[in-house]
This record gives sequence, C-alpha cells and structure tokens, in this order.
Amino acid sequence: MPKILSVVEHAYAGTLEEQDDTVLWITHMIKNAGAEMSALLRGNATNYAVRGQDASGLRFGAAGLAVPPTIDKDIEALVGKGVTVYAVREDMEQRGIKPGDLVAGVTPVGKTDIARLFDESDMVWHW
Amino acid sequence: MGKYLLIESRDPYEYGDPNYFYELARDLADRGNEVAFFLIQNGVFPARGGAKPDKIGELRQAAPRVRILADEFSLRERGISRDATAPGVEVTEIGALVDLLVEDGRKAVWH
Amino acid sequence: MSDKTITLSLMDPPYDSETTTTALRIAEAALDKGISVNVFAYEGAVMLTMKAQQAHPNPVKGTTVEDQQHPTTSGFVGALFEKAAGDVQFQWINCGLCVDERGAADWIDGPKRGGPGDFYKWTQESTNTLVIGTR
Repeated sequence: MPKILSVVEHAYAGTLEEQDDTVLWITHMIKNAGAEMSALLRGNATNYAVRGQDASGLRFGAAGLAVPPTIDKDIEALVGKGVTVYAVREDMEQRGIKPGDLVAGVTPVGKTDIARLFDESDMVWHW
Repeated sequence: MGKYLLIESRDPYEYGDPNYFYELARDLADRGNEVAFFLIQNGVFPARGGAKPDKIGELRQAAPRVRILADEFSLRERGISRDATAPGVEVTEIGALVDLLVEDGRKAVWH
Repeated sequence: MSDKTITLSLMDPPYDSETTTTALRIAEAALDKGISVNVFAYEGAVMLTMKAQQAHPNPVKGTTVEDQQHPTTSGFVGALFEKAAGDVQFQWINCGLCVDERGAADWIDGPKRGGPGDFYKWTQESTNTLVIGTR
C-alpha cells in the first residue's frame, strides 16, 4: 500500500462555515478508505496542533454557528486513527508556539526533515 | 534515488512562503534526487532577468543539478519574453509538464 | 483505455484563481497526448461545472454579450468532455458534500457525484496524481 503524505499549510480558510479544516477532513476520510496516511503541518497550519482553540459564539442575527470547529480535537482524532501528524518546528517557533502548547501525539520535525519525509512517501499531496 | 516534479505557482516576492519550496528543491537534490522545478502562473516572476533577489541564481548556485523550467504561456501572459528570462531557465510548453508528470517514478508536488 | 492516466484534484471556485485554467491546460495537453484524465473537484471547484453559468457583456469596455464572448468554466469543461474520444477518457467527479453545501448540484452533462473514496481509488489506478491546493 502506498504511503501518502498530506501537507497542510494554509490554516483557517473556511473552517468556521465548514466546521473543520477540509484538508484534515479529506485526509481522515482517505485514511478511513484504507490508505496509509501521514500529515505534515507547516506554515500557519502548525497552529492546528495547539490545544484550546475556541471558535464558539459566532452569530449573525438569529443565525448562530451551533457547532463550531474543534480543530485541535480533529488533530487528536487523526493521531488516534494512526495517522502520524508532523509539525514543522521552525514554523511553530516563528508563531510563538511552544512544545507544551500542543495536543498529545504530534511529532515536531525540523525544516530540513521535510525532504526526508517526502522521500519516505510514495505520494505527496500538497494542498 | 527518486525523481521529483516540483511545480511552483506562487510569487516568492508576494508571500515569503514560496522560499520554502526553493529550499525544498535544494534539499531534495542534496539527497541525490533528480528534481525538475517548474515555474508556472505567478511563480514565473523570478524567471524575469533582473528580478531581485535573484531566486533563480540562488537556486542554481545552491543546487546546480536542479532543472529549472518555466511555462511559456505564464511568461507571455506577463509580458516576459523568452529573451528576457534569467539564465538557466528552460522556457517550455505545458506539454513538458505533462511529460514529466507521467514519467515512471516521478513524484509530482504542486505549490 | 489509454495506457496512461493522470488524476488531478482541484479546490478553487471559478473566476478566482489561475489554477483553474492551468488545470484545464494540463488536461487538454494530456488528452492531446492520448493520456486519460480524471478530475476530482473538491470544495469550491465543484462550482466549475454549474449549468447555470452565463456569459455577460462588459460595461467598462462597452461590449455586448456577443462581442465579449465571456467564457464559462462549465463551457471549457464541457469542451474537454467532447474532446476525449475512444480509449482516451476524461472523467470528472464532484465531491458530493461540497456540492450540497454550495447548492451546486445542477451541472452540465459529464460530471458525476462522488467522494474522497473515488479520488483515492483513482490515485491507485493512475500513472500519477497531482493535487492542486488552494490559497
């Protein structure tokens, strides 16, 4: 079975109205379909691994967002499904994210490890 | 080792993020991979001779074995003639991208 | 069936990004070379095939609808379906949940409704896959 690396790098685009990140979502769906998946969070998507994200309380007139996204829990769910979730250390440091801020199970990697992750995968889906 | 087709569609002078992809091309080549770096859409801006910083020159220096191609249509759409492209850039048709895409064992990555 | 197939995945809605035209250029070039093409339209890309798209005039340029000949993405996609012939196939799947949330279900002839499982199956069957993300 081919190893597929899903690279997520553009965060919070449509996540409120979609109630999740569409790339993490499709990664999870394809894992459910039987694929061997891993995920690499880079750029501002490293923030997806931060514990305590809260998008609740959004309202437009009488229409509210009853079920807000909980992306940190989506990351935990992916890890729980056996998807290795990597996050680029330098991108986190740029954004002031400390190791203690992350949900459990995320694997920090250096920028220079990215080429190795690409080489270890049979396909790289760069969303 | 392996083969890669890295397609850079973004302008490195607009957002800093494409710099990562140039570094990746270098890192993959350093690991012994054969890398074709294909510039398309706004990704062709560095291919205009005289662009600063000289992203093409930097990549050629850091990773001389990386093959740098640029989409003829994207260049023409932006008024960049073949004569005006930076040294080391192969101006090519979209068919060349397709040829690379269907080569055995070539991993294709879009940015 | 031609002996090579590529699978493309798209996300951008029409008229927003150059990736749409580039993806169609790749598809056109591949079909010209006898390479079959699968397109998985995800998120906003499911709107590329909407039947209700219409050409319009350009008031800045003072052109009529007929003068301006404004293209529609569904027109371009329809033309690729017509171009594919014999063993060289052009297939298009719109991701169903993305269609539902956008109200984009009324599409031109050719595309089918599907989901990530179909995309995954195509990736296993194709010579290569190119995922074109969004910005």
